[in-house]
Amino acid sequence: MGMLEFFPEWLQYHGAALAVVLPLLMGAICAILPSERLAWITTLIVVSICTVTAFGLLLVTFGGESVIYKMGGWDPPKGISYVIDGLNTPVIFLISAMALLTTLYGLPSVVAEVEPKKRAPFYGAFLIGVAGLLGMVVTGDAFNVFVFLEVSSISTYVLVAMGASRDRRALAAAYRYLILGSIGATFFVIGLGFLYMETGTLNMADIGRKLQELEGGSRVAMVAFGFITVGLGLKLAMFPLHMWLPGAYAHAPSFVTVFLASTATKAALYLMLRFSFTVFDVSFDYVLTVVTYLFTGLGCAAMVLGSLQAIFQTDARRTLAYSSVAQVGYMLLGVGMATSLGLTAGYVHLLNHAVIKGALFFALGAFWYRYGITRTEDFAGLGKMMPWTMGAFTLGGLSLIGVPLTAGFISKLQLAEAALQRGWGWAVFVIMATSILAIIYIGRLILTAYFQAPPEIDGEVVKRNEAPLMMLIPMWILVALSITIGVNSDFVVQAGQMAAEVLGGIS
Amino acid sequence: MFSAIFENFHYTIVIILMMTGLYVVFSSGNLIKKLVGLSVFQTSVFLLYISIGKVRGGQPPILVDDHSSGGEHASAATNLLAGAAEVPAGGAHHASDVLYSNPLPHVLILTAIVVGVATLAIGLALTVRIREVYGSIEEDVINEIDYRYNLEGTDS
Amino acid sequence: MTPHVILRVVSKLLIPLIAMFAFYVQFHGDYGPGGGFQAGVILAAAVILYALIFGLDEAKKAIPPSWVRIGMTLGVLLYGGTGVVTWLLGSEFLSYGVLTPDHPSHGQHYGILAVELGVLLAVASVMLAIFYAFGSRQPELSDEDW
Repeated sequence: MGMLEFFPEWLQYHGAALAVVLPLLMGAICAILPSERLAWITTLIVVSICTVTAFGLLLVTFGGESVIYKMGGWDPPKGISYVIDGLNTPVIFLISAMALLTTLYGLPSVVAEVEPKKRAPFYGAFLIGVAGLLGMVVTGDAFNVFVFLEVSSISTYVLVAMGASRDRRALAAAYRYLILGSIGATFFVIGLGFLYMETGTLNMADIGRKLQELEGGSRVAMVAFGFITVGLGLKLAMFPLHMWLPGAYAHAPSFVTVFLASTATKAALYLMLRFSFTVFDVSFDYVLTVVTYLFTGLGCAAMVLGSLQAIFQTDARRTLAYSSVAQVGYMLLGVGMATSLGLTAGYVHLLNHAVIKGALFFALGAFWYRYGITRTEDFAGLGKMMPWTMGAFTLGGLSLIGVPLTAGFISKLQLAEAALQRGWGWAVFVIMATSILAIIYIGRLILTAYFQAPPEIDGEVVKRNEAPLMMLIPMWILVALSITIGVNSDFVVQAGQMAAEVLGGIS
Repeated sequence: MFSAIFENFHYTIVIILMMTGLYVVFSSGNLIKKLVGLSVFQTSVFLLYISIGKVRGGQPPILVDDHSSGGEHASAATNLLAGAAEVPAGGAHHASDVLYSNPLPHVLILTAIVVGVATLAIGLALTVRIREVYGSIEEDVINEIDYRYNLEGTDS
Repeated sequence: MTPHVILRVVSKLLIPLIAMFAFYVQFHGDYGPGGGFQAGVILAAAVILYALIFGLDEAKKAIPPSWVRIGMTLGVLLYGGTGVVTWLLGSEFLSYGVLTPDHPSHGQHYGILAVELGVLLAVASVMLAIFYAFGSRQPELSDEDW
């Protein structure tokens, strides 16, 4: 492992805890910093350290190793342990890297969208949200998952509500998110209670072992699985439980929307994978039934209905939000196949979609920053007014549709391949059909932007006004990444295979 | 059938509270009442956990100690934290004979209560802000204002 | 100026006792029921009672909101700082045993004391912050209109 030389040995073991503790503590400090610039620099440094740590951990697991960190020195299963393995390091890296990019983007964006005296606490809440997301991905203790889930959710409610100075609907959206999110978390914790009754332990690996010995356990374990599925389903916006998502994405500050869209639902989906395949196991009948019929069924419903709803939105952010619901459907379809290939495809799409949606929401945020545009009809002439931003949006949109040489194509190719191997020809048809729906809702935005003249104000055509460099850089990094994945997908597919190996699945 | 309900009366109470809470969240249009329902729902879970922790005939999970000196006192207390797996060499050698209730669910629920308080505080803060901005805390009214705003694209 | 004489007199007696009880719960926490969470709430209750009887402005003079904000951060940092110290001593995060290497259980004792103190500070400050935040909102109806 030559590449690991930059990575100190101390971090290889302690990095798991550092990535969670550092943003948590610095978030508390950020909240009372007197100047917003100072808060921004603190945030930037913290998320940079997290990204480097996460990258090092990613390399460690690519080397085929896994690390169990004993929090407080207590041995698992009694103590809380943090687990680093092939399943969670890509998600950890995704979360910290997206946090880094959004922080860069935040320098102009937050100034435009958040009231001055709230900016330092805003960064504080953001850091605590990052800590919560990283924590729920890294921890190996089931109750600790709940705690971090709530840490990240509560700070997210606050971040969404901060959009109120731009759009008052953010308040109602944050409230709705809070009610549904809390119900979801409470369902999850009820499930954990039942699981604890059945097995008498909270360590996830230990629960998994005990359930294997009990061969799936009694009805208590079944009920637990039901509650956990519903609870996490709410958090990851599984189809009928997605009602909080469009409002929260559409009215939050752009900064928050990007971060939410590319990390929050992904972390929840990771947990769903972790619980369905390693804590419970697809060798239990009830788990296999839920995974095969419920995940696939709801996934396909989300793909079709989410895409249809996306077409009929008048607000571009809502269009993309409903498209996110549909994309979660693709991931669930892959997971629902429960085969090694299907899981790889679902996981690859999880990573790819974060990159694509990140780029698209970055572009939407830039449109708002320059012209205050969110509605579809106002897109007219944007191709001339902001060529670079619109270029990024177009490439991101093509990737979302799944045009060859983009990340989206790789995901869909993988999914189709897995579906054929499982003998599900109809799934390929659904994927094709929903891609056509994606062409409609993305195409509409792109066509309006390029083929309609820019609007005139007082008889004068609105002038070209490109987004600031700090917004263009993170946006184009993601676009370039999406195309790189499209040309050479080895890295991402390898991550997917690594995850599928940990998950197992049916053969 | 009834005996099953009465023997497990704590589960009955948990279920009643849980359903009441959920029903209030979904049925009422008033934002404050929704939060009340949410709190009742969360409280039912606290009760569920605490009732699992009860061991029949078990004592409160405080280490019984036979009047040992202060230093041993401390080590005994920390050993309880470690799950009382090993009996310390010094005092409290009867610790393993005593049947304790399970302290773990209480600790978990302490955390969950704190989370619940934080959620409630944010919910109430949002309600206050919504009242200031929309002039109402009835969901129907807020939805109607938003709907009109969406149609016209401007603030009326 | 002096309505509620009984309330004022009784609360003047009670508030110091409540605060002392909070510290009793805090420091008794490692031998019996108690600890930082409970103590923090009780301590905040003492200040909130003071605010209810003597008015929010008086309470803010006694405990300014800026202290409360710093208290929140300080509490978290005290908790996390304990962990960082154990890191610097070369062990796992929050592994108190290394604080006194020759007698780990003493280190665990000191560690949990520091952590609970952090919890006390954080919980008491957060409770007060929530109370101040809601209390300082301008009411749309004055008391007479009710």
